[in-house]
Parts: sequence; structure tokens; C-alpha cells
Amino acid sequence: MSIISMTGVNKVYPPRQRGQSEVVALDGIDLTVNKGDIFGIIGYSGAGKSTLVRLVNALETASGGSIVVDGTELVGLRESELRRVRLGIGMIFQQFNLFSAKTVWGNIAYPLTVAGVSREKQTARISELLHFVGLADKAHSYPDELSGGQKQRVGIARALATSPGILLADEATSALDPETTDEVLTLLQRVNREYGVTIIVITHEMEVIKRIANHVAVMEAGRIIESGPVFEVFSHPQTAASKRFVNTVVNSAPRDKELAALVERHPGTIISVAVNDTDASQSEVIRHLIQREVEFELIHGGIDNIQGKTFGTLTFALRGTSDNVRAAIDAVSRFANVEEVA
Amino acid sequence: MDVLIDLQPQMWQAAGETLVIVALTLLFGGIGGLAIGLGLYSSRPGGIMGNRSVFTTLNVIVNVFRPIPFIIFLAAAQPLARLVVGTGIGNPAIIFTLSLAASFAIARIVEQNLLTVQPGVIEAARSVGASPLRILFQIVLPEALGPLVLGYTFIFVALVDMSAVAGYVGGGGLGTFALLYGYRQFNPLVTWAAVLIIIVLVQVVQFFGNWLARKIMRR
Repeated sequence: MSIISMTGVNKVYPPRQRGQSEVVALDGIDLTVNKGDIFGIIGYSGAGKSTLVRLVNALETASGGSIVVDGTELVGLRESELRRVRLGIGMIFQQFNLFSAKTVWGNIAYPLTVAGVSREKQTARISELLHFVGLADKAHSYPDELSGGQKQRVGIARALATSPGILLADEATSALDPETTDEVLTLLQRVNREYGVTIIVITHEMEVIKRIANHVAVMEAGRIIESGPVFEVFSHPQTAASKRFVNTVVNSAPRDKELAALVERHPGTIISVAVNDTDASQSEVIRHLIQREVEFELIHGGIDNIQGKTFGTLTFALRGTSDNVRAAIDAVSRFANVEEVA
Repeated sequence: MDVLIDLQPQMWQAAGETLVIVALTLLFGGIGGLAIGLGLYSSRPGGIMGNRSVFTTLNVIVNVFRPIPFIIFLAAAQPLARLVVGTGIGNPAIIFTLSLAASFAIARIVEQNLLTVQPGVIEAARSVGASPLRILFQIVLPEALGPLVLGYTFIFVALVDMSAVAGYVGGGGLGTFALLYGYRQFNPLVTWAAVLIIIVLVQVVQFFGNWLARKIMRR
């Protein structure tokens, strides 16, 4: 069931100065997010992903198209009505954006105060959230007394205060070190599983997508150029941009200098084979090589686990008679994606 | 030295008058300046209640009145003082005119300090559905409170300076005292005594302001 649905959404900013042309931030966005998804949106900076996510909670208004969130059409709503919509959507930020003049408790209380929740109910909800994010002992600390990871956990607690159905994470881990990133991502997964919150994750790091998303959209120059289940996009990226992102986290075929170095050390034919659970298992590839009496050496690659599925690219140096090598490559090509790299 | 001892009652009375003038001005001008400053901040294009015509109007008003030297402003605004406080001379007139002039200066200081609040923090408040007025009073003002206290401390010192010309329209205070009994009667010692009191006053207030701001900012 879709919880967010965008159709033909545009966002155009007026020209900065007279004579300049207007800036098209988003161009014909179609996007559907299902309830319970962790939906990743990846792109380089300037691709429009921050603008896109801000349309969902109406921090930005669309120039055209339709945005339906939880059954409500946002385009054309008045500001006062949009404020009510925002109460049902939490948001966390790269720079945390905590209220520095308020304690941790005060930060989490603020959305509840805005929503008009009574003081007694606030107390119960804040305590619950503090325990959920593991900061019960920091209730009366100020943000500047917390580490980055702790700040983001306060941000998450604040975003969840009013029990929203949707959480928007705008580069939520980009300012954190790898270990803290992992902590925060695990927490987001718990938010998704335990509270059933639909999460939209904006990032430029494929690692984040690989780690928690089940669905991904790739953005470039204000458009969504590719979208699908994470495993699918990882195993069969269609566009150059997607391939670049996928290559940042999975072991792919060697290129350029890396390849040149391998060629130097391993004369003969070098092939890269994409392997995965669904259509090309490692053992099958290896069986075909042995059957055709081709000697082989695994010289590059690795196996990843994405959404519980095995996935990766293995690069072999092959030795044998040219007929045997050819036959082996043909056999493997029938069921796997093979690339002769040298 | 004898002169100074003889003039002690007048001197302490003058010090008291300076305090009253500056305190009342800080109160009235402080409130007026805060209001204009909040208006400037929130109506700024792209601000929380962006409105170009309101912003331009306020901006022009502040820019027109702020650079007028106070001693000229005092004379120029005399008819207005008569209209509002019923007299163009004495302490009521100086308090009125000084408050008016200070409002414009304070407005800029308030605006500048509010602008230091991170846009992201305001975005976070918007994202939880807070209205612009809520954001202004519950988020922006508390976030900027430390710098604001320092700004008001700075203004206090400026007001002590400006209030020294009160004698020009028949007002009292340390400025009048120094001119009347020191300068005009060739008693530099008396002038220096007034200077000394002002230095002490300013130091005490500055110290208190710094302490309060530090406490608010927890540094």
C-alpha cells in the first residue's frame, strides 16, 4: 500500500538575478513509497534529493504535479493545513539541528507541545523515547554536552515524539564516523521494525542504502533515473550513475590501473563473472571451468550480502588451450553475466 | 578637592539621574527595539514570515533615523516629545527622545543577533509543524538569548554615552554635572570625578552582562 505517491512533480526556483534563467531543481518526478518501506534516495550533491524529501513534509512546495501523503493531496493546501500534515512526519538532519537552548528532554518535548499534548502524556512519551534511543541518563543534558551519535539519537527521538507514520532522514549519518553511523542505522532499522515507521533515507553513500534500504531511487540532475528493489539495482544497475554508486560498495570487475596491474601479473584470458543466489552460483561457475579443463585462479572480487541475498563479482585468470577457454566462457555465459576484461 | 566634597550631594544625585535615565531608556527603547528587530528578522525575504514590503519599510525607517547624531535628533524631535510626554525639556523629554533613538540602534542589534540562529534549527522547528510565531518566540529568541544579552549590555554603555548630552535640553545626570560644575567652573577634578563614576558604572554593568550571557550560553 502506498503511503507517499508523487506524480509529475516539478520544482522550479525563480532566477537568482535578472537575466539568469530559472533553476529547475526537480523535473517530472514519479515516485511511490510503500508503507513500511525503508526507501533510499541516492545521488550526488545538487541532484535534487534534499528538495525532493522536503516536498514530502511540505517544507518546500512543488511548482507542479501531485503529491499524496497518507491519503492527503499536499499540492494546493494552505500553510496552516500543511502544519497539521507535518505533525505526522518526522525529520532528522545531517547537522542534527537540535535546539541548543533546550535540554534533551526539552528537545523531545517540543513537537509534543506544538501538537498540544498534555504535560502528563508528554512525560510518559518522552521517557519511553529516551529509553528507546538509549539516552535515559542524558535527559537533562544540553546538546553541546553530547557526542555526534548521541545528538542524532536525540534527533530521532524528537522526530518520533508525535508517533509519525513517516520519518525523513536527510543525510542523517553523513556527519558521523563509521562506527556511529552503524549505530544510528541500526536504530533506524529498529524504528522501522518496532514502530512500523516508513523511512525515507537521503544519502550520497551507497553503503547506507546497502545496509538498511529495501528500495532505492537514483537521482541525477533533478530526475529519478533508476528505481527498484535494492537487490535488483545492485545486481543489474541500468545507468552509468547507478553503476558508479554500486561500484563504491560492491566488488565489481577491475578497471583501469587495477586491471593493468592484474594483466601484467596474469597472462592469458581474464574474465569477470557476476554471481548471485538467483541465477549464477559460484559453484556452478567453477564446475564449468573444471569440466573444460581450464586452470583458473581467482584474482579479484568478493561476495556481499544485500537484503539477505548473496551477490558479487569474481574475476578469474584462465589458463588452458584456447578452445577449452572459449568453451568454458561460452558455458558460463549461458547462465551468468560474463565480461572478458583482458 | 574641597569643591568636590562640597559637591558630593549634587554628584550622587547626578549619578542617580543617569541611572534612572539609562534604565528607563533601556526598558522603553529595549522593548521598541526588540519589536522592530523581530519585525526586521521575520519579514526579511526568505525569513520565517518573509514579506518584502514590510521589511523594506522597516529597513528604510531604521536606516533613516539611526545615523542622525543624537544631539541633533534631540533638538529635532523636541516637538514630538512635547506631543507625547507633554514637555520638550528636562528628564522626561530626554528619556522619551533617547528611547526613540535607541530603538533604531537596538533594532539592528536584535536583528543581527537573531540572524545568527542556524537556519537548520528553524527548519527543524518547521518540520514538527510549529507556526512562525511559535518559532520566533519559542525557538529563535531562546537560541539567540546569550548574544542578545551581550547586545543589550553594549547598548547600555552606548546609552550612558548618549545620555550625557541631557543637559542640552535641561535634563540632569552625570554629563550635566560634569559640564556645569567641572567644565564651566574650571574644576577639572569635578569632571574627572564624573568620568570615574561612569567608568565604574560601565564596568559593573559590562561584568554583569558578560556573566549573565555566559550563564545563558553555559560556557
